Amino acid sequence: MTRISLDVLWSHWRRNPWQLLTLLAGLALSTALWSGVQAINAEARASYASAADVLDAGDVARILKADGGAISVAEYVQLRRLGWLVSPVLEGETEIGEVRFRIVGIEPLTFPASLPDGLQEGQGPIAMVGEQPIVLAHPDDVSSLNGQDMQVRADTTRPRGNLLMDISHADRLLGEAGGIQRLLLNPESPLNQNPLPDIFRVAQVDVQADVANLTESFHLNLTAFGLLSFAVGIFIVYGAVGLAFEQRRGMFRTLRALGISLRHLMLLLAVELSVFALLAGIAGVAIGYVIAAALLPDVAATLRGLYGADVTGQLQLRASWWLSGLGMAFGGAAVAACAALYKLAKMPVLSFNHPRSMSLGAEHVSRRLALLAVVLFVAGGAITLFGDGLLAGFTILACLLIGSAISLPWLLDRALKFADQHSKAPLVQWFWADSRQQLPGLSMALMALMLAMAANIGVSTMVSSFRLTFVDYLDQRLSSELYISARTEEEAADIIQFLNGKADALLPIMSVDARVGGRPAEIYGIVDHSTYRENWPLLSAVTDVWDAISGGSGVLVNEQLARRQGWQVGDTLPSGDQLLGIYSDYGNSIGQIIMSEALFSTRYPDVPRLRFGVRTDQPEIISKALFDEFNLDEDELINQRDLKEFSLEVFERTFSVTGALNVLTLSVAGLAILISLLTLATMRLPQLAPVWALGMTRAALSRVELLRAVCLASMTAVLSVPVGLVLAWVLLAVINVEAFGWRLPMYIFPADYLRLGALTLLAAFLAALWPALKLARTDAQSLLKVFSNER
Amino acid sequence: MTSLLDVSHLSKEYGGPSAAVSVLRDVSFNLLEAGTLALEGESGSGKSTVLHLIAGLDAPSGGSILIGGKQVVGMSDAESAELRRRHIGIIFQQFNLVPSLSVRANIAFHARLGDQFDPAWADHLADRIGLADHLEKYPEALSGGQQQRVAIARTLAARPKLILADEPTGNLDEETADNVLKLMLDSAASAGAAILMVTHSARQAARMSRRLLLSHGVVQERPAQTAAQ
Repeated sequence: MTRISLDVLWSHWRRNPWQLLTLLAGLALSTALWSGVQAINAEARASYASAADVLDAGDVARILKADGGAISVAEYVQLRRLGWLVSPVLEGETEIGEVRFRIVGIEPLTFPASLPDGLQEGQGPIAMVGEQPIVLAHPDDVSSLNGQDMQVRADTTRPRGNLLMDISHADRLLGEAGGIQRLLLNPESPLNQNPLPDIFRVAQVDVQADVANLTESFHLNLTAFGLLSFAVGIFIVYGAVGLAFEQRRGMFRTLRALGISLRHLMLLLAVELSVFALLAGIAGVAIGYVIAAALLPDVAATLRGLYGADVTGQLQLRASWWLSGLGMAFGGAAVAACAALYKLAKMPVLSFNHPRSMSLGAEHVSRRLALLAVVLFVAGGAITLFGDGLLAGFTILACLLIGSAISLPWLLDRALKFADQHSKAPLVQWFWADSRQQLPGLSMALMALMLAMAANIGVSTMVSSFRLTFVDYLDQRLSSELYISARTEEEAADIIQFLNGKADALLPIMSVDARVGGRPAEIYGIVDHSTYRENWPLLSAVTDVWDAISGGSGVLVNEQLARRQGWQVGDTLPSGDQLLGIYSDYGNSIGQIIMSEALFSTRYPDVPRLRFGVRTDQPEIISKALFDEFNLDEDELINQRDLKEFSLEVFERTFSVTGALNVLTLSVAGLAILISLLTLATMRLPQLAPVWALGMTRAALSRVELLRAVCLASMTAVLSVPVGLVLAWVLLAVINVEAFGWRLPMYIFPADYLRLGALTLLAAFLAALWPALKLARTDAQSLLKVFSNER
Repeated sequence: MTSLLDVSHLSKEYGGPSAAVSVLRDVSFNLLEAGTLALEGESGSGKSTVLHLIAGLDAPSGGSILIGGKQVVGMSDAESAELRRRHIGIIFQQFNLVPSLSVRANIAFHARLGDQFDPAWADHLADRIGLADHLEKYPEALSGGQQQRVAIARTLAARPKLILADEPTGNLDEETADNVLKLMLDSAASAGAAILMVTHSARQAARMSRRLLLSHGVVQERPAQTAAQ
């Protein structure tokens, strides 16, 4: 019985392959967009984790040279003799065979953190220093090392391209290319050790956590986009499942009447849907992989450029996002099928003589949905006013998007009715009236189109606003033409002397790490200069703020610190300083405090003056002279113009990611329209045949169908603009503030919206083209059948 | 001959206790094995309701229905589904064929559901009913009369003991209706199935061995010759 019943259910899809394609494509594409974004996020996060886990010593303090240089063996021995329990780490890059590897050499017997898993078996750490010393490598790298004179052991915790070995082995391999960059400090070091010589400094490592915080902004936005794309796809699936239900309503009744129980029928439908979800989910995750692989290099460049976070740029197949992709496919299918299954459960087996048409009661349903939308908008508004936290932000987003989507059929119906009532020509009147009749069948695809367009407008407005703000911000914050980091105080003094008379001004940048409110923060000391007075991005401040700062009567703090601590201008801070102003500091996750150089020097007299901003109208000449005179490295002398160019380039790559996602989401919506129209095409014949019989050619009818699709898409596009703008506002003014502590100003980009609108109309036109051509080629016999009594 | 269907004191009310509408009141009748019975009445008199109650598609407000000695009233959804799969065939006015199945598959469908499919018997029925040349077509390509013949073949192929026919010729012209009904009666007779047919056509009702009139929720026996006149 089960098999024959499944055969019958399947026969519907066999006879309606386009509908099946809609369902599978909708589910696969929504899963693809979601899992693609998740793959990118997972890869990036895995890269951060790998970086932190290279030595699995992320929480161990390190001793570094104060000048950032390499530590010699003699210096290492000196520290040991002074009682510092340190373990050396030698790092460098070299080619083995034809592959370039990053070599990390450790001293396994004094290594102060847990050793990698690959060393836990057999002889343990001793295996690294034996006759045949063991080298740990990622399993994928093992084959590249075949034939080399080393005993390689696969270790899944190693990042790709990274080899871990004993320090003497690493030293032999690296030769000149290697050097001891850091000494890991054993947490159980005695307290009575001798003071650390001045040439060293202790670094508490929390850089990875900071990177993770910073990049979360980027990932959150990508995730939001992925979720929106998924929602667009689910609308398509919902439409396809709903349409299939309406078309199979008679079949279900027949099945029930011929002896299939309701429970059995629902079970069969659930099995059917699960098979579809599995197939579409697998396809979706595979497509998602392709999307992610294509976008990852740009995302990696963005993350590296914006936040200094290293992402491999190569995608790996991770079980977690395969499973999450399939989970989303199943979840999405279940959500989309809920209404249909509910209707099936409530459907009376009787009333055979009254098959329900799709449009029956559609107006009533759209009115109820519009009322529900009003409730959602009111709820969203209330949460905006009174809500708090990230969850509230996402609830506002959900209220906005769901409310907008479900109010669309009613709004379009009202607009079409208005047009109908104000039309005089019979053909035009028929056009509007017929459009209203077709609306229920197309409304899901149009909702998907609205969500896609609103998501595009919202996300691109946010990203563009971010870019514009960030460019301004860079202009303000990077107002000095050159930035110098001296290696020692002596070198700094020499540089100051060298630049005397050559530069317009030299602005010292002094900073010290601190903790404010239990969280990391930076404290800066600055001199009084017009550069700050004219450019600093103050959000709010007391009058004559710079005079007050210069006089040492207070401090400035960045926006995120002020928001986090609830500080306002005029407040007295726990340090006793008065808060004189708050400035924007985008992209920075930690708090920042700025005070006058004099005040800073009083409080932190031991902080070396190593960094400067240089004001000059001849940056090229001065930087060349500095390079020549002091043999500075590239990261010790940064040209502001290069930095800005680099930042903008990073943004362009960010745009290529969001741009690609925009196009993909719109394509999904276009596909929804195409397939809805194809599905509706055969059902349309009874409505079109009388018009044809009354004297309108099939070619003219097909042109009208094309015009109708473009017309409905235009109306949807117009309605999408305000939704997209509100979405952008929520992202910028609510989500960002809740998540990261800073609020971005919102800019409007009308030209972009027009371009997007044109793209939407093109998508609708292309989607309607094929069904219209099919109609133009419909044979007269098919149309005549409509009038046949025997049909 | 033994009784296949026994309906006793059957009643059906719709609506709540305060605004109950009584559709059937104390309806009792029986149908012998291989017998034929017409249930006549005006539109809205409750004829179809009787059929639905017998098929277990709806629950009565009171009374009992025995099919082959088995009580239908109070059966679970799964039990009544089992009854329809194995013992009852229903022919609808709207044919209710599965549009995505070919004629051949439609005919086999009910029998396969009840594990009673006999390909030779199905082919014989198709041939006898005049559908042999249409077996690979889909319902949409058939006329109304042909679709109803497919529906009859589907029911007979499942070899039900009882055929419930709800205005099976209501959508057909007179000549086609006569042919379809003759076919249904002949085929059912050769299969040994009993027929309970709901109709408002006196002409069609006269073809059955017994006739009942349902009026204002109550049934009355009508002499076959009276109606035939």
